[in-house]
Amino acid sequence: MPAPIRLRELIRTIRTARTQAEEREMIQKECAAIRSSFREEDNTYRCRNVAKLLYMHMLGYPAHFGQLECLKLIASQKFTDKRIGYLGAMLLLDERQDVHLLMTNCIKNDLNHSTQYVQGLALCTLGCMGSSEMCRDLAGEVEKLLKTSNSYLRKKAALCAVHVIRKVPELMEMFLPATKNLLNEKNHGVLHTSVVLLTEMCERSPDMLAHFRKNEKLVPQLVRILKNLIMSGYSPEHDVSGISDPFLQVRILRLLRILGRNDDDSSEAMNDILAQVATNTETSKNVGNAILYETVLTIMDIKSESGLRVLAINILGRFLLNNDKNIRYVALTSLLKTVQTDHNAVQRHRSTIVDCLKDLDVSIKRRAMELSFALVNGNNIRGMMKELLYFLDSCEPEFKADCASGIFLAAEKYAPSKRWHIDTIMRVLTTAGSYVRDDAVPNLIQLITNSVEMHAYTVQRLYKAILGDYSQQPLVQVAAWCIGEYGDLLVSGQCEEEEPIQVTEDEVLDILESVLISNMSTSVTRGYALTAIMKLSTRFSCTVNRIKKVVSIYGSSIDVELQQRAVEYNALFKKYDHMRSALLERMPVMEKVTTNGPTDIVQTNGETEPAPLETKPPPSGPQPTNQANDLLDLLGGNDITPIIPTVPTSKPASAGGELLDLLGDLNLAGAPPSAPASVPQLSQPPFLLDGLSSQPLFNDIASGIPSITAYSKNGLKIEFTFERSNTNPSVTVITIQASNSTELDMTDFVFQAAVPKTFQLQLLSPSSSIVPAFNTGTITQVIKVLNPQKQQLRMRIKLTYNHKGSAMQDLAEVNNFPPQSWQ
Amino acid sequence: MIKAILIFNNHGKPRLSKFYQPYVSISPRFNPCSLLLIGGSDNKLIYRHYATLYFVFCVDSSESELGILDLIQVFVETLDKCFENVCELDLIFHVDKVHNILAEMVMGGMVLETNMNEIVTQIDAQNKLEKSEAGLAGAPARAVSAVKNMNLPEIPRNINIGDISIKVPNLPSFK
Repeated sequence: MPAPIRLRELIRTIRTARTQAEEREMIQKECAAIRSSFREEDNTYRCRNVAKLLYMHMLGYPAHFGQLECLKLIASQKFTDKRIGYLGAMLLLDERQDVHLLMTNCIKNDLNHSTQYVQGLALCTLGCMGSSEMCRDLAGEVEKLLKTSNSYLRKKAALCAVHVIRKVPELMEMFLPATKNLLNEKNHGVLHTSVVLLTEMCERSPDMLAHFRKNEKLVPQLVRILKNLIMSGYSPEHDVSGISDPFLQVRILRLLRILGRNDDDSSEAMNDILAQVATNTETSKNVGNAILYETVLTIMDIKSESGLRVLAINILGRFLLNNDKNIRYVALTSLLKTVQTDHNAVQRHRSTIVDCLKDLDVSIKRRAMELSFALVNGNNIRGMMKELLYFLDSCEPEFKADCASGIFLAAEKYAPSKRWHIDTIMRVLTTAGSYVRDDAVPNLIQLITNSVEMHAYTVQRLYKAILGDYSQQPLVQVAAWCIGEYGDLLVSGQCEEEEPIQVTEDEVLDILESVLISNMSTSVTRGYALTAIMKLSTRFSCTVNRIKKVVSIYGSSIDVELQQRAVEYNALFKKYDHMRSALLERMPVMEKVTTNGPTDIVQTNGETEPAPLETKPPPSGPQPTNQANDLLDLLGGNDITPIIPTVPTSKPASAGGELLDLLGDLNLAGAPPSAPASVPQLSQPPFLLDGLSSQPLFNDIASGIPSITAYSKNGLKIEFTFERSNTNPSVTVITIQASNSTELDMTDFVFQAAVPKTFQLQLLSPSSSIVPAFNTGTITQVIKVLNPQKQQLRMRIKLTYNHKGSAMQDLAEVNNFPPQSWQ
Repeated sequence: MIKAILIFNNHGKPRLSKFYQPYVSISPRFNPCSLLLIGGSDNKLIYRHYATLYFVFCVDSSESELGILDLIQVFVETLDKCFENVCELDLIFHVDKVHNILAEMVMGGMVLETNMNEIVTQIDAQNKLEKSEAGLAGAPARAVSAVKNMNLPEIPRNINIGDISIKVPNLPSFK
């Protein structure tokens, strides 16, 4: 068989291939030749063949059949063979192939070879791909070589040791004695690798770290070496662009960082040298900047004094002005990490950071944006917001969502005035309206509701905004909601903040209808628009017929959500017209639930939840205090106050017991009887969340408290059973059971309760609204009472139901609560 | 720790690939793609572009980014010294030598030696060792290097012995 071609020939041949297919053909032919050559056990040319195989492997072709050949090469005596063999082993083998274990013996022999280069090859291979078994077997050899005086081998042994430690952490102690003298070397290569070894040991094991800090006095040694590097004059062999061995300097700084973290003594010892490095290093080239960057990171991490920290941040500020993008990127990333701790120092560089927003590079823009948000505070909010809004206008789409959320958050925290806040929101909605996150819409709506005096201004601006363009969904949703709520203010033209516009009712309805019809509107937006139109039926006077028509049209819409709404609203017009105005009244000021950030869903305003079929549209809750409601009046005394309306009063799935919520404020978390039990969990006001939210509804302890009959009349009996909460001793859980001993069912049963001012009450959903006759079943409902002052529990209850064809209603007072239920 | 070192040209052809962590190769044809699998949350790609080649180092957070930029520079300068005005063709035809040089600089993902002269000295010594083993096949190569290293003494232009003056003709030099 002719001698196999040289590697060079192969490469030349492959390069002449014009197509992928040609190349593949050539390689396949050559592979076949190599394979037959391997089979013939040809010693002379094995080296050449394996070299060719490695080249083909690099191009991406399978080369696993060469693995054993590599092992044979390693076992050969010639240096050339060994070289290629080890290279092949590193490229083709790794710990997943079983074959690699066969190398162990060869490596062991080579580690003790007379020629240092062979030893070097063995160390290199072990250090690159040694598996844990190999490392375990050969660690002793490596440790021996770590103590040799040959610097070429010593540095390789050090890195090999690092690899061994990574693979088999238990062997770390074995290398400890050898490390004692490592730092006394003159050779920079050995110094460098020793520092790497020490770093690895310190990072892996806190015991080692403590040991090195105390016993070895590592810090003074490192400081000394670093000082020599800086102070020594020009040394040609280690010089890189005028700085003496920057790689070693950077490594030492990193090790100092690990040693100084959380340790006062070590940090003390290195303060001076850090200051020296920071001030003396030249910054004209990348090299100097690399060292400074490492110094800054170290200063930030250890317990340095404040002067040093300010110096570090100033260095970062200088980096920001550098022309090199890499340097600016690195500076922004570090500033982001330190802005929490050294806020004031970073503020000084605010203007530079804001300038970076205008940079062309995407990653710099992103980091500048994040940093800008972190720097916003009450003093600079106006200026910063201007810059950020300008950025929002001009940035790439991938930033717009984050930027918008950030702006909302910042505006919420630091808005100097309500008008400014609303203006900012409007600006964001109009410029980046389609990128705003979904949960921003309810947040905004809540915000707008809460700024009562701005309603007219807000609705006017929103109206003007969607007049031209109603494609941005979040904007349209907010606008539709506002127009629905405050449409009367819009047509009456009473805006103080700016020039009132003349709008007729028809024009308003026009725009809402076009939103409904438009192809660009999503289902959710259409829902908003329809509800808004409905609400306007009570606020507008002359266009009620038009509204009725629109609503009835959508009663046959294909979209199930719209259809359902339209049908219900239709029913509102027909059967329940007397209730329409009460239902569609203005929303009250919503309770502010804490927001955690842009991703927190605060409260839905009811539009986005699918509702079970039977339910009525969301009622508007009552005005907080000016509407005395029936129950209050009946209860008479001023010592009884309405119960805090629980959070989403506008949940669509409410009104299960049909009329439950209409009478308002003494309400009672009003969830429908058919809704799953999980719904009430979400709506619990904060005070009850502490004790009971994550625990089963009925907490243990308890029993031992006798139950009472709270009401018994006309065949209807209501019993109270009590439980005390384990975790919150001022909470009492009362379960009521209503039973009916008459011969006819009681339907549409509604239970309501009121308690004195010092208590708080929450009513959960009843199990059903029908009390079956002949005591065949009961309605169960849970009441939670918060009694922080441990006063005697009193309650007034109101019952309404239909019995024998007529509507019945009754009031009663319950005073016979057992003492254990409230003490 | 350096996870991988890659060199490729402007068209994406790999000229050198060295991985310090076992990687999962989804398709043996496309080395650059399998690199992306390595990039986890902690890893960064640091690269420098020289003429037609991209030198890419994939590192994790324990390496200083600016330091790696300098390391790439040192690597390229070393290649330059070893190959004399290195160009892409040198890397193509002498992949194994490039691997050997790299092995002197980075071992097991960690920087071993950054002093250019030191590296070049070691590489030269190892190459000499190889050549000494080459046997008959290496004879022409040995002859060439022998002549290169030969120090021819300065040929005198004029030889003056007493009254005789001989002008030495200009012979072609054997450098």
